[in-house]
Amino acid sequence: MYEYVLELKGITKIFPGVKALDQVHFQLKPGEIHALMGENGAGKSTFIKVITGVHKAEEGEMFLDGAKVDFKGPKDAQAAGIAAIYQHVTAYPHLTVTENIFMGHEKVKGGRIQWKDMHEEANALLRELNADFTATEEMGALSVAQQQMVEIAKALSMKARIIIMDEPTAALTKSESEELYRITEKLRDEGAAIIFISHRFEDMYRLATKVTVFRDSKYIGSYDVNGITNENLITAMVGREINDLFPKPVVKLGEEVLKIEDLSRTGYFKNVSFSVRKGEILGLTGLVGAGRTEVCETIFGIEKKSGGRIVLNGQEVAIDNPQDAMKLGIGYLPEDRQHQGLILDWGIGRNITLPVISQLSRHGWLDDKRERRFAKELAERVDTKAVTLFDLASSLSGGNQQKVVVAKLLASDLKVIILDEPTKGVDVGAKASIYEIMGELAKQGYAIIMVSSEMPEILGMSDRIVVMCDGRVTGELSRDEATQEMILVKAMAKSHQKSEE
Amino acid sequence: MAKTKRIIVAEQAFSWKKFFVQWEWFLLLIFIAINVMNSFTSEYYLSTSGLLTATSSFLEKAFVALPMAYILVMGDIDISVGSTVALSSVLMAVSYNNLGLPMGLALIVCLLVGALCGFINGIILTKFPELAPMIVTLGTSILYRGIAVMILEDQASGSFPMWFSNIYWGKIGGVVPYMLVFFIICAVAFGVVLHKTTFGRRLFAIGSNSLASKYAGIPVQKIRLIVFTLTGLFAAVTAVFLTARMGSTRPNIGEGYELEAISMIVLGGISTDGGKGRFIGAIISIFTIGFLRYGLGLINFPSQAMMIVIGGLLIIAVMAPNLNFKKIFGKKAAKAA
Repeated sequence: MYEYVLELKGITKIFPGVKALDQVHFQLKPGEIHALMGENGAGKSTFIKVITGVHKAEEGEMFLDGAKVDFKGPKDAQAAGIAAIYQHVTAYPHLTVTENIFMGHEKVKGGRIQWKDMHEEANALLRELNADFTATEEMGALSVAQQQMVEIAKALSMKARIIIMDEPTAALTKSESEELYRITEKLRDEGAAIIFISHRFEDMYRLATKVTVFRDSKYIGSYDVNGITNENLITAMVGREINDLFPKPVVKLGEEVLKIEDLSRTGYFKNVSFSVRKGEILGLTGLVGAGRTEVCETIFGIEKKSGGRIVLNGQEVAIDNPQDAMKLGIGYLPEDRQHQGLILDWGIGRNITLPVISQLSRHGWLDDKRERRFAKELAERVDTKAVTLFDLASSLSGGNQQKVVVAKLLASDLKVIILDEPTKGVDVGAKASIYEIMGELAKQGYAIIMVSSEMPEILGMSDRIVVMCDGRVTGELSRDEATQEMILVKAMAKSHQKSEE
Repeated sequence: MAKTKRIIVAEQAFSWKKFFVQWEWFLLLIFIAINVMNSFTSEYYLSTSGLLTATSSFLEKAFVALPMAYILVMGDIDISVGSTVALSSVLMAVSYNNLGLPMGLALIVCLLVGALCGFINGIILTKFPELAPMIVTLGTSILYRGIAVMILEDQASGSFPMWFSNIYWGKIGGVVPYMLVFFIICAVAFGVVLHKTTFGRRLFAIGSNSLASKYAGIPVQKIRLIVFTLTGLFAAVTAVFLTARMGSTRPNIGEGYELEAISMIVLGGISTDGGKGRFIGAIISIFTIGFLRYGLGLINFPSQAMMIVIGGLLIIAVMAPNLNFKKIFGKKAAKAA
């Protein structure tokens, strides 16, 4: 047996105008879980596509079990036993699990598809993975975690020996992630070599024995996970030291700005109460599906409440739509920046000014100069990596897109800012600067509500933490008393509470 | 953390290449070619009166194309405008001939009916935003036409006063039709509002990403309601000119106008995907299709074959943005570029 099941040497991939990969190396041992890390845009995705035969590298060599290979396309890679599972599952939502598993390599006998065999084999694979659904269910009806399981089953059905997972935990809850860890380890124990891409450090510590870091399309190094620290890794990924990932300033809190009392929306959440003060960052956390986003969207007027009160500066207010909320000084950074936050094929300038275009106009007439001056100032304030105001939002990386959405939020004259998963899918460098902006805003006297599932950010940035579970507030913790364990206990209080009732 | 503040450029660099690679130039070329062609078929064509006659031959349809541009920019579609033309025209005629309303009032009835038809489309679509506008307006299209047929059955209704016919036939100083002057005013107003006002910017925003527009505090459904109502109103304007031209109305008038209006706008470079295009393109396209039809009519070109020409143009217009010139003109051009 060769030392490496997969080895890449000096891989260079050039796209018009950019070197997406520059002399990159990678070595994967059999039965190893190997983490691949780097900021967005570091070249991880391109690298995966070279391995899976989607892209062809201009330079460099690739070896499978010591033998040089040259993939002409994805089919070759599949035939060689390489399978990739992507963050956004590329499935056929209206087809069954079986059809998804066998798509492209159906079992055919004499021109007829062998449904019975396929269902049986699919179910056997699913059992092996401990899945709680069957092969005849429709793909679209499954959760993201379940769909990923289908993708893994598909990889197994193709007898994959090298499995690449591209940010598989990004959309999973804590317990779903645990399940995925278990499956991944099982695959390893059965002899597969796994490349695991993730922004989450805990994924790497939990699973990987080796970690390779890319930065700016270049190979930075491979390290043993045993003995490496967050600081080492961040330095490797960002190229500079980030001394304090959570630059939470000490701000003297002012009066209570926003208070919600017994807010309810039938079917989503019930009797939710909390308040936020001037200069305060209130962390709102809980498991995915706890109703956090729904509460915030109701405050912002996207959805209608079925009961309860919203009190702003001591006065009850009626909010029927986002216009009302914005007029009152409540802004919302939506969770899904690509669909809810940005117009991707517009320049960043127009994106930033969209919510305030009336204020920048003269009696309804656009004032280009004023608009551009305003947009320029905000774009520079959030330090987005665009060159001009006319750079399309789609051309920016996730972190820089998010900065544009933040700029768009700051365009309005706000008192309360609600940030829904502000660092989701954002790399370490951009994360740090988003936290920095948050700290700045708190200093300037904004009241901030930060919805987040990421424990370090909740613990690192919040003055106070409100935990939700199953549509209810299950706990409120101060910055000093909060620990990861306490939050988790409250976030999973559901079963506990039910038994009390 | 050492950080150098990035400077963001706020001025757009002018590029000749970008300037010339615009759909409107191609349209303008077709427009000129059609005029040259027409001038060969008729020696009177390239005179003031010749051109004005040509213009009058299609301009009444163009009124409904103006708000249709807004509809398409928003990423919506309205295929009920042809029926709205018929229903508003029929109710105008009935108000005057059967209910004994003065013609002035009957004309207002016409405009109100049109606006109401558009408003109904708008209300359904904004109260149930998940419905497809294509299907809803297909439904109302059949409904409106059905009402028009029920009211007038298979008859014509006419004998309007002289001043009403003059709305279409009247000319300033005996030369320039009132209709043309009114059209120019409307077209400029529609173009300016689309490109120079916050309302226009919001239409583009809705067409590009209506969800993000909602989160940005744009009253998406209110704006859609306004634009659908406006479209109904302008269908009625078309009905007024069309009825004035023909001197009478029937329940089957305005058939196919929806497709003609949509063709004019799409050929003008305003995509049905929403969020794209310029109004000037739509205006050039209205005249291009109008003059093409007129010219083909001059040489007694069969009207079925006319549909082939216009259909072909439309397909080119839809394909143009997706054409890969490098592939078509070979690798040589790609290397040179």
